[in-house]
Amino acid sequence: MAFVFLPALARMAVCGGTHGNELSGVYVVQEMERQRKEKGEGVWPIPVTTVLSNPRAVKECRRYIDTDMNRCFTRDTLSCPITDSSPYEVRRAQELNNLLGLKGSTDATDMICDLHNTTSNMGLTLIHYTTSDWVTLHICKYLQTKITNVPVRVLVLDFPICDAYNLESVSKHGFTLEVGPQPHGVIRADIYKIMKEAVDLTIDWIHKFNSGTVFEGGDVEVFKFIKSVDYPRDPETRSLTAAIHPQLQDRDFCLLKQGDPLFFTFSGETVKYEEEETLHPFFINEAAYYEKGIAFHLAKKLTLTIPTVQVQKD
Amino acid sequence: MSSRTNISCLQEAARVAIFGGTHGNEMSGITLVNMWIQNSAEIERNRLVVKPFISNPRAVEKCSRYIDTDLNRAFTPETLSAPDVEGLPYEVQRAKEINQMFGPKGSSDAYDVIFDLHNTTSNMGSTLILESSTDLFNLQMVHYIKKALAPHTCSVLLNEHPQLKYSTTRSVAKHPIGLEVGPQPQGVLRSNVFESMRTILKHALDFIQLFNSGVEFPPCTVDVFRVQERMDYPRDTNGNITAMVHPHLQDCDWEPLNHGDPMFLTFDGRTVLYEGANTVYPTFINEAAYYEKQQAFMTTCREILAANAIRKACK
Repeated sequence: MAFVFLPALARMAVCGGTHGNELSGVYVVQEMERQRKEKGEGVWPIPVTTVLSNPRAVKECRRYIDTDMNRCFTRDTLSCPITDSSPYEVRRAQELNNLLGLKGSTDATDMICDLHNTTSNMGLTLIHYTTSDWVTLHICKYLQTKITNVPVRVLVLDFPICDAYNLESVSKHGFTLEVGPQPHGVIRADIYKIMKEAVDLTIDWIHKFNSGTVFEGGDVEVFKFIKSVDYPRDPETRSLTAAIHPQLQDRDFCLLKQGDPLFFTFSGETVKYEEEETLHPFFINEAAYYEKGIAFHLAKKLTLTIPTVQVQKD
Repeated sequence: MSSRTNISCLQEAARVAIFGGTHGNEMSGITLVNMWIQNSAEIERNRLVVKPFISNPRAVEKCSRYIDTDLNRAFTPETLSAPDVEGLPYEVQRAKEINQMFGPKGSSDAYDVIFDLHNTTSNMGSTLILESSTDLFNLQMVHYIKKALAPHTCSVLLNEHPQLKYSTTRSVAKHPIGLEVGPQPQGVLRSNVFESMRTILKHALDFIQLFNSGVEFPPCTVDVFRVQERMDYPRDTNGNITAMVHPHLQDCDWEPLNHGDPMFLTFDGRTVLYEGANTVYPTFINEAAYYEKQQAFMTTCREILAANAIRKACK
């Protein structure tokens, strides 16, 4: 088994309200700030910065004010000049880059944990934009062993860092904690509990890692994003002509085989999955994706091998 | 004395409307109404005008509950008589237009029946909402629908509470009925929820056609849940919530809530118990749109309403 020494993670940021109506993160951040006020800076074993990423959207309980903030963190958007007509979220993304970055620099925060909810039945899904960050993948493996009352899955995209458009790409290591199903604008106690536990365990791992614990490597099963599928639409009006089929609804990460039902049209027909390749659907029927033309995404299941890691001693 | 003296003769229900999009992010009704505007075959019935109608088109366009103010609270006498001036909230203007088209509310020219289609994030299943315990036509229709849906259940919520009753879009009609189906997140269309709502409407229109054709409906009883009280979240001095609906109460719409049962869970893990003396039946538990209306859930009590036999009045 390969053995790798990696630098300690000096500072972590927990971000909630990147989408203002995804409430678990908003209330986890609020509760952490209350704990810090009550118990002082030593409340966590490592330094943690708590951030409400999109305060205006949180105030109005909307996903965003002008534009989706979680698409504003590409190199280009972070460096574009700000004018009076710049969208609110672009300005705010640049502020967050100053606070937690600069993206790509050695001064950037070591870890960002960005908290999100989805209307899809995805349990706890850890989303990371590359396949080669051993720290993040070890945290995912740790969460999978410690959290057993809900499915914990790892989803990887495959972007080079400069193209990565989301908040967690600002720090050296980063991932999204996505918990569902929860309607936007609602806080469910069971979902909040899962989110809080995942954040606490992440802090716990970082502390153990920094203190010298050896984390054994091994195989990590991940889902890698392949492509998106839109709803059937009327060719003229572009309005929906079908809903997610009841046999697909709520079955995120199931095995989708050729001939399986995908959509049930309003006139009573079933639209089936026609492709030969067996893939796994996720973000099935996410409210925020109707406007992006996405009914669900498809992923391939892979096994990644990660090395044993230990903190590098100075 | 013959029981035939207890038949209520009621006016034919000739004009019916189906409203979708009173809240622009409640997708079942919006989708059904848009579909029926394109092709009304499914909702056509003999001797009946059925008009599908999008009540709040701007909110539907934006996929938000409302633009300026909640349309489903805008049908008060004050709002409906507000003068036409610049700067009126969009929904106030719209309420006045709807009152012109389907009312005037309280007059003999008003539409006979309006079905107002809603979704909720609460686990209420299929629910029919009544505003009066003495509207025989509505009670008989609800009884018919429930029987037709069995073994699938359909709850009936009665909001006749003097303070908590509100001026709904459908209240413009002589016989207003709310259809509330959940759970469904705002902005999402779930196939099973959509089909449930579609089936309820099919049975409702069948009833109206039968009634209009002269069928007599015998006396019946309807089990209802009568609105009692609105329960808010615990809040701090700034008005922010300090607790969530407790996991034991979450999703338990229509189930008994007894004194001492868990009600809320604070963010730091403390349980707040229900202190009321009597058993209540909570509903609208954790509805997204009600955080801003200071409501975590509503309490109801169970009641059995009786309805006379009805038949269409002879001309």
